Amino acid sequence: MPSTQQVPIVDYLRIGARPYLRASECGYCGARYFDRRNACAKCGRVEFKNARVSNRGVLRSYSIVHRAAPGIPVPYVSALVETDDGTTVRSNLVDCPSDPDHVRLGMKVRLTTYVTGVDDAGTECVAFGYRPA
Amino acid sequence: MAGDSVWVLGTSMTRFGRYPDLDAVDLGARVCLEAFTDGGVTVHDMDVMAAGTLFQANTSMGQRIQKQIGQTGIPVFNVTNACATGATAIRTVYLAIKAGEASMGLAVGVEQMGKMGLLAGGSKVEANVYEPSGRFGAVTSVDGVLGTATMPGVFAQAGMAYAYENDGVGFEQFAKVAYKNHLHSTLNPLAQYQKEFSLEEVMDSPVQSYPNTLLMCCPTGDGAAAAILVSEERLRSMPKRAQKRAVRIAASVLTSDPYVESGQVQPDVNTLTRNAASQAYEKAGIGPEDLDLVELHDCFATAELIHYDNLGLCERGGAGDFIDSGAPFRDGTTPVNVSGGLISKGHPIGATGVANVFEVTTHLRGEAGDRQIKGAKVGLAHVIGLGSSCGIHILEKAAA
Ligand SMILES: [Zn+2]
Repeated sequence: MPSTQQVPIVDYLRIGARPYLRASECGYCGARYFDRRNACAKCGRVEFKNARVSNRGVLRSYSIVHRAAPGIPVPYVSALVETDDGTTVRSNLVDCPSDPDHVRLGMKVRLTTYVTGVDDAGTECVAFGYRPA
Repeated sequence: MAGDSVWVLGTSMTRFGRYPDLDAVDLGARVCLEAFTDGGVTVHDMDVMAAGTLFQANTSMGQRIQKQIGQTGIPVFNVTNACATGATAIRTVYLAIKAGEASMGLAVGVEQMGKMGLLAGGSKVEANVYEPSGRFGAVTSVDGVLGTATMPGVFAQAGMAYAYENDGVGFEQFAKVAYKNHLHSTLNPLAQYQKEFSLEEVMDSPVQSYPNTLLMCCPTGDGAAAAILVSEERLRSMPKRAQKRAVRIAASVLTSDPYVESGQVQPDVNTLTRNAASQAYEKAGIGPEDLDLVELHDCFATAELIHYDNLGLCERGGAGDFIDSGAPFRDGTTPVNVSGGLISKGHPIGATGVANVFEVTTHLRGEAGDRQIKGAKVGLAHVIGLGSSCGIHILEKAAA
């Protein structure tokens, strides 16, 4: 039996044996983007290639969110991570208590993935977060 | 004194708060009529009008206000620029006068928000069948999964990034900002809230997005503000009293956010503010040390702290020491948000950027009552809208 179907929560998350984030990288200036691009916001050129973003980084900023739209579990830690190859990523900090005593600016983190929901067809949604390294 | 300056001739604002029995047109019309009276002019003196509102941006707000105050057929610019909407309205009239197309104009900002609660971030929508959509190919809503996009959270992250890069900045420094602004608001009858809270009460109030607690977040609300701008040449033809009360716009600047690496996941509120500040100081021929008061965009306490640095009010990296030293309190060296700021005066979005100019103008005229900063000659009004847009106006008292 094949295992359950899975889809990534966003298309820049590549799932599989070794999940990672895939950025569009400007062929001229190297600026990286996660969204569908028309041109480079830094230099205006239009050629892009795929780049594999490092799974390791440091916590550059965060907020512990206690108030969110209905249905979103709180509290959670929203994190800004600077990866080892210099790309800033936003996601949740997971596997870490949601309090300022445990969330430390500058702490080393690494990418992790987990199932965050299942649709009516039984397909699982895979999200990514960062956990203390 | 430059002969081609643009001046603020008249101004007005409503108290910010809740007006469930009025609509945005009522609020806008009221401040326009009051600003005419304040400036000693009428709607027939206006060559141009700019009207700013965010949540009713597609409703021809300027023309709807004209239908209450006078339809004279002048051009109307309806503008929207997030929280910089009001400043954009002022700058639009400023540009029309600078271009020589108008000699007097009306800028109005208005918003009726009621109790909107949390802004941005979207709602939790669980898909029936996962299907990628949008520019990120998302199969479901991502807020709360891939971090936060809510306003208290985004500005919390802006503050914590500053705390990561600089010493002496933490929860207590952010809380002190809110303590100060609530304290200042007790002297401002136009503020939505006029209540003092202790530092402990600020820190112990419910956390919204750490480090921002409830008392460190601006409220939503209703309100309007207006300003009449006039060319120097036309001002000189007006009565002496009007000339004496007029306030010179020494700099009017609007910037957007230039590219930064992290900008795609966290709006950069720093670079465009720094750029706007340096342009404004250069145009005005002054430095931050010359400012007698500053009204800056404290949508959240974390935002005010980093703007001390962005506006050059403190040493680079020194915003923590700046608040700890008491400098931005009304009796300090650089009073910041003596109106109570957005945190306590309120933040009806379209009105905010005009209300800041109202506040500075009122101090420079020496008409600010109990909250007057004595002898104020130069002041700065700053707003920033996520997206992003930054407006700065530097105002100078008329020479006697
Ligand atoms: Zn590029």
